[in-house]
Amino acid sequence: MKEMSKIVRNVTNLVYGFAIIFGFYIIVHGHLTPGGGFQGGAVVASAFALLLISYGQLKVKQILNINIFSLLESCGLTMFITLAFLGLGVTFFYNFLANSGSWFGNMVIPGINPGDMNTAGVLPLMNIAVGLEVFSGLGIIVLIMSGGAEYTKKKENPEDDR
Amino acid sequence: MKLFDHIPALIIAVPLLAAFLAPLIGKINKKATGVFATLALGLSLIFTIILAVKVLSVGPQIYVFGEKSPFLTLPSGLKFPIRIMFQVDAMGIFMGLITALVSFLGAIYSLAFIDKKDGLDSYYSLLLLLTVSMFGMELTGDLFNFFVFLEIASMASVSLICYRGTNLGEPVEAGFKYMVVSSISALMVLFAVGIFYGEYDVLNIAAIASVIKYSQLDKIALGILVSVLAMKAGAVPVHMWTPDAYSEAPAPITMILVAASQASLYAIFRVVFSLYNITLNTLAVGWIIIIFGLLSMFIGVTMAIIQKDIKRLMAYHAISQTGYMLLGVGVGLAVLANPISLSQYGITAMEGGIFHIMNHAMYKGLLFLTAGALFFRTGTRDLDKMGGLAHYMKYTTIFFIIGAAAIAGLPPFNGFASKLLIYESVYKFNPLLSIIAMLVSILTLASFVKVFHSAFLGPKLPQFKEVKEVPRSMVLAMAVLSCIIIFFGLFPDLIVKNLVHPAVMSLVEQFKYTSIVLGGM
Amino acid sequence: MIGNFPYFTVIIYIGCGIYILMFQKNLIKLAIGINLIECGTNLFLITLGYRKGAVAPIYTQAPAGQAMVLPTPQALTLTSIVIGVATSALILSIAMMIYKHYGSIEVDEVRRLRG
Repeated sequence: MKEMSKIVRNVTNLVYGFAIIFGFYIIVHGHLTPGGGFQGGAVVASAFALLLISYGQLKVKQILNINIFSLLESCGLTMFITLAFLGLGVTFFYNFLANSGSWFGNMVIPGINPGDMNTAGVLPLMNIAVGLEVFSGLGIIVLIMSGGAEYTKKKENPEDDR
Repeated sequence: MKLFDHIPALIIAVPLLAAFLAPLIGKINKKATGVFATLALGLSLIFTIILAVKVLSVGPQIYVFGEKSPFLTLPSGLKFPIRIMFQVDAMGIFMGLITALVSFLGAIYSLAFIDKKDGLDSYYSLLLLLTVSMFGMELTGDLFNFFVFLEIASMASVSLICYRGTNLGEPVEAGFKYMVVSSISALMVLFAVGIFYGEYDVLNIAAIASVIKYSQLDKIALGILVSVLAMKAGAVPVHMWTPDAYSEAPAPITMILVAASQASLYAIFRVVFSLYNITLNTLAVGWIIIIFGLLSMFIGVTMAIIQKDIKRLMAYHAISQTGYMLLGVGVGLAVLANPISLSQYGITAMEGGIFHIMNHAMYKGLLFLTAGALFFRTGTRDLDKMGGLAHYMKYTTIFFIIGAAAIAGLPPFNGFASKLLIYESVYKFNPLLSIIAMLVSILTLASFVKVFHSAFLGPKLPQFKEVKEVPRSMVLAMAVLSCIIIFFGLFPDLIVKNLVHPAVMSLVEQFKYTSIVLGGM
Repeated sequence: MIGNFPYFTVIIYIGCGIYILMFQKNLIKLAIGINLIECGTNLFLITLGYRKGAVAPIYTQAPAGQAMVLPTPQALTLTSIVIGVATSALILSIAMMIYKHYGSIEVDEVRRLRG
């Protein structure tokens, strides 16, 4: 996959950082505004796809490492299921942090208010875990699929792919 | 005891944790992943047996996720349940026992069978995810939760079917066909769930069952659900994916796929009996299921006789045996509204059909494992190329004889017990159906005699000179299945009275299913 | 009658999806067909939750005493979209592997398993 022209590369340089930050904002504020784990993770992964398209697959594969993404994905999944297990004192998936005063444990004020980020217990943590898993997983999918652009017909010699 | 209450959740939580930890363990040591997966599935099997003893002695168990207590279905002031819950009655735990046993033996068999080195952690991770999704389909009490587990099962099984696809093209083609069929059927299940939600505003099976009226929209939902779940189960008008998928998957995965298809069959029975019960026109729907069963039996076995590939032949036999289950339960459904016929032969027909589910998982699993053993040592699945293998692989021959005798319905093995129940009761309903069933059984025996003769009998062939017996873990898995087949064949009365009859009664009596949830335990 | 317009769109989506699955021969077009059926089902689920004259069910900054649309179908649709992404990724990867082995993605040339 060849890289694109200079204009596209310069705009990508400016934009992809903001896209990643915006994605993380959507992940972390999932319990207040529309969004959450999957939606934010998809936005972050689209920043990776933007990098892949504008710089070409060979250069980006040196920056984004598939093994690190795989490790992050497993960590995200393990964090999610561990949070579910921690509530096992009452039931599986019990929200043991809500309304308890500790981490993310403020009471939710009913009615119209700007929204307190320190509420809703286990939900923001699970959003972060799911967001981590989704952007790593979608990042791996996009990186491996872009490697398939090097396949040619079986009869001819395959090009050098790395 | 505190842990005792949480067992329905632990049955899916432990393999799920193992599935997520398997890639991390695989980065340290590749071989440890297999042992870790086997331990997790063994733990799940122990939990399932404990839960089975509890359900069969005390009654149906429920488990509400995320509520202040596992049994609080209706929190204060609410008239219908709002949380996802697992509702384990006798039929659910019957299917759960099959799933637990088959997955555990599949993992043990895979320890020696899978010799690829690079994708091994994803193999075990996907196998654990497939097990989690099958447990979820069988234990859940919520329709949307069933859809989510159905999708997880189809994606995990497609990835496992394509496992050998890095060097060969046929597994990938089989996986593509299965993926298209699974996607359509799961999306149509979601459409039917949407119809139920739009009408009744609840998603819980017991809650819908207590308020259902058989309106026009419910008829559409019933039609959609029965046809697409029959598509996933491998019944005849929509069985085209079954031979390809079962033959191209690795052998232990085929055994687990058979159990996954039976989980979809269980879903048909759950929808028809526990959701609708006698509000629908039982004679019409019963006859439709009976026609599906007859077509499956007949077309399955006639297509099987002409096959040359051993696993494709066994896959067509799987379609045929699914027909027996549909026939038995269809007869039970057709007489559900008629209490005299129900007690005379309806309950017996359903017992035969449901007992056949467990028997089929056991002997079909054993046959697929022996076919896998033949492929492992000889490298081919073509019956024309094999011959004289009984001289070299003695244990595999004995296990194959046991499996073939069981599927044909010969007396000391378990196939005879369930088939006799089906023949007797279906004869009282309509004699023609029973005669067709017996004819299909004779053709089954004929095709397995053909396989035995081609693969095992005959003189020693020179190209198989260094073929030895298969490794010990594979022999252990096949031996456990053979012992279960012989035990069920010698004492069928014990199994029918303690496991199958409570399952049938929990399907027939819908009010017990709903009262556990809505009576406000 | 005009309120039923989303349901007609659902029928058109699912109909087009099934038409593509029955009559097209290219593997990528089959993947697009499955995606269309999934879009139709998601639209059906969202439309079920609509109530006339209601606003979005966001808890902060909502006007007082206002009716809200049902939030449960939105959660169901979100789950279905996630499943659809995974399904599309898997089907497209399988199509890529078929191209790698056979050099073509037309169904007639790729099919080897018969009978």
